[in-house]
Amino acid sequence: MRTIIHSGLVIDPANNIQKIADVVINNDKIELVGNANGISIDNEIDASGLVVCPGFVDLHTHLREPGFTKKETIQTGSLAAVAGGFTSICCMPNTNPPIDSELVVSYIKNKALEAGFCDVYPIGAITKNQEGKQLCNYLSLKDAGCVAFSDDGKPVFDPNLLYTALVYTKDIGTVFALHEEELAFSKDGVINDGKVAFELGLKGIPNISESIMIARDIEILRSVSQARLHICHVSAKESIELIKKAKKEGLHITFEVTPHHLALTEDEVYNYNTYAKVNPPLRSKEDLDMIKNAFKQDLVDAIATDHAPHELDTKNVPIQEASFGISGLETAFGVVNTYLVKQNIISLQKAIELLTIKPAKVFGLDAGTLSEGSFANIVLLDVNKQWVVDTNEFKSKGKNTPFNNKTLVGSVEQTIYKGKIVYRR
Amino acid sequence: MHCLGLKYFNKNQVESILEKAVYFKSTKNYTKSLQDAIVVNMFFENSTRTKTSFEIAALKLGARVVNFDYTKSSLQKGENWIDTITNLNAMHPDFFVTRHAYSGFAYYISQFTQANVINAGDGTNEHPSQALLDLMTMYEHKKDIENLKVCIIGDIINSRVARSHMYLAKMFNWDLSFYGPSTFLPQNIDIKIEKDLKQAISNKDFVILLRIQLERKSGVNIPSLGEYNKFFGIKEPIGAYIMHPGPVNRDVELDSTVYIDRNVLITKQVENGVFVRMAIFDFCISN
Repeated sequence: MRTIIHSGLVIDPANNIQKIADVVINNDKIELVGNANGISIDNEIDASGLVVCPGFVDLHTHLREPGFTKKETIQTGSLAAVAGGFTSICCMPNTNPPIDSELVVSYIKNKALEAGFCDVYPIGAITKNQEGKQLCNYLSLKDAGCVAFSDDGKPVFDPNLLYTALVYTKDIGTVFALHEEELAFSKDGVINDGKVAFELGLKGIPNISESIMIARDIEILRSVSQARLHICHVSAKESIELIKKAKKEGLHITFEVTPHHLALTEDEVYNYNTYAKVNPPLRSKEDLDMIKNAFKQDLVDAIATDHAPHELDTKNVPIQEASFGISGLETAFGVVNTYLVKQNIISLQKAIELLTIKPAKVFGLDAGTLSEGSFANIVLLDVNKQWVVDTNEFKSKGKNTPFNNKTLVGSVEQTIYKGKIVYRR
Repeated sequence: MHCLGLKYFNKNQVESILEKAVYFKSTKNYTKSLQDAIVVNMFFENSTRTKTSFEIAALKLGARVVNFDYTKSSLQKGENWIDTITNLNAMHPDFFVTRHAYSGFAYYISQFTQANVINAGDGTNEHPSQALLDLMTMYEHKKDIENLKVCIIGDIINSRVARSHMYLAKMFNWDLSFYGPSTFLPQNIDIKIEKDLKQAISNKDFVILLRIQLERKSGVNIPSLGEYNKFFGIKEPIGAYIMHPGPVNRDVELDSTVYIDRNVLITKQVENGVFVRMAIFDFCISN
């Protein structure tokens, strides 16, 4: 069974391709990118006017299952993923029970197979029950299929524990994805510690609560040279400076930026907008400018959604009680295209690279390319289509996003996973 | 109309409340503008002055007052905020007067009710009736509320009174400054900070002292109340009028011996509070 996607602008940063070309899919694999003249085909997809690129890779998704299925399930979350153009997602371990045993890993993998929309890669917990006390069975978890380790949602308080974990795993080539937050600074904080927090009388979460932990962990990384750290959802300008220096020094450190942190500022929280309450918080204009600068300088390793779906009952409360988090899978490309590409911060090709091969490389995933012989995970984009975000149309159970009712440019038209169309707009 | 904060009011509106308050005080002519209205007091924080003051103000205008006791409410049984407010709203009160430790609480409530919501203090956001009664007290002593020189001393970061005054300062072109230990002052916010206590109290029309709010963790940002009193407390009468939203920690912000000085307007503020709150009720129901 052969399908051809013809007349589209193929962008495959992994292979440095950007040209009008045919993509030939043979069953579940990519057979050819180029000229399909003379090849017999069964199906064709007309991609005129569209961009054809590898399915996106998300390093930071909360699927909420097991444990919090009111917020999201593996089924709804992976459907939301493909609606956002993602065919590979890495799910964070703050479930209940958390991903700290092989049993939970296989539960998630089975559920993901059952759903069948995209690849789901579990991220194992750094500590048992994410309590920050006892190391997890990293070797067993890696064998079971964990692609990285994280206690996301919480920092690793104990520096010696993180050090020990890095030493223990230094020969297995894994990555620790760190949520960097010093709670002594951020405890009870609601939004960014800045002018809006002062004006609204809300307790702030200062930049230093993030940057001080990054500084600490760079010191730890320096002492375990084979280890690799990935810094999640970087939001503060000071953090970017620290990581930039560490990279220059040659340390194995990567970082991600979320769509909301590259687009929005603390101003979104005026009127106590709980949908803009997220951790780390939306920061100041200066931080946003620094993040855009980091994109311009090609410092950023990945755009990751930190998709954090919540039921609305946890958002329609006073902002102090509201859950942190933004449902991000289905707006990710539109946001990146609108706020980075259309504002000439980076090229479309670079944006796609940050959503595909670059994140795949961070966790060492076999994904994010249109290389011949790889699985046919493909997304078709209309990079000029304007649309208004309407959370009623979300596949995700999480309708919590400050982008609701905002106009974005750039839409996901079709998503193909292992040769099958799993989403059509 | 709600009274959620002075950030939502313009100068004309503030002036008309002030005029009405002065009128009520001078004429004792209380036009029963709240005749048969139901006022629900919802105080989630302790209060002597504000709660009683709102209650008396409502009674004087002919309203009936219901005091919602959260400690005996179904919130204790786990009923959520929206259901609680929606149910109270279904009984069609005319006013909610709310105080809560959450900033934005009055605004939050206002989204779920047709009643007028009056903010009697929300966290560290605003305390509009306090700022307005301060304004009335200033008016009585200066007869002009434009271009005043005012300094607020104390825990500015945690003060809802200071924030409400910032909006008055903009409206009436005050020279408004702040003073206190650095840990009480916001960083990187565009406000005028005095460099020492002497500067803070000199050449001012009014000095407003704030209470060290131990319940809002002022305590962790200074080493001791004794040191605060020694370096930031007012220990002798000064040239400016002294105001304080109360309750006063005697011998911390203000020495007991100064409390009785004629330039200290604290009791006047409390007296004016009733008239200002009458004027706020009257303003909200007639707009």
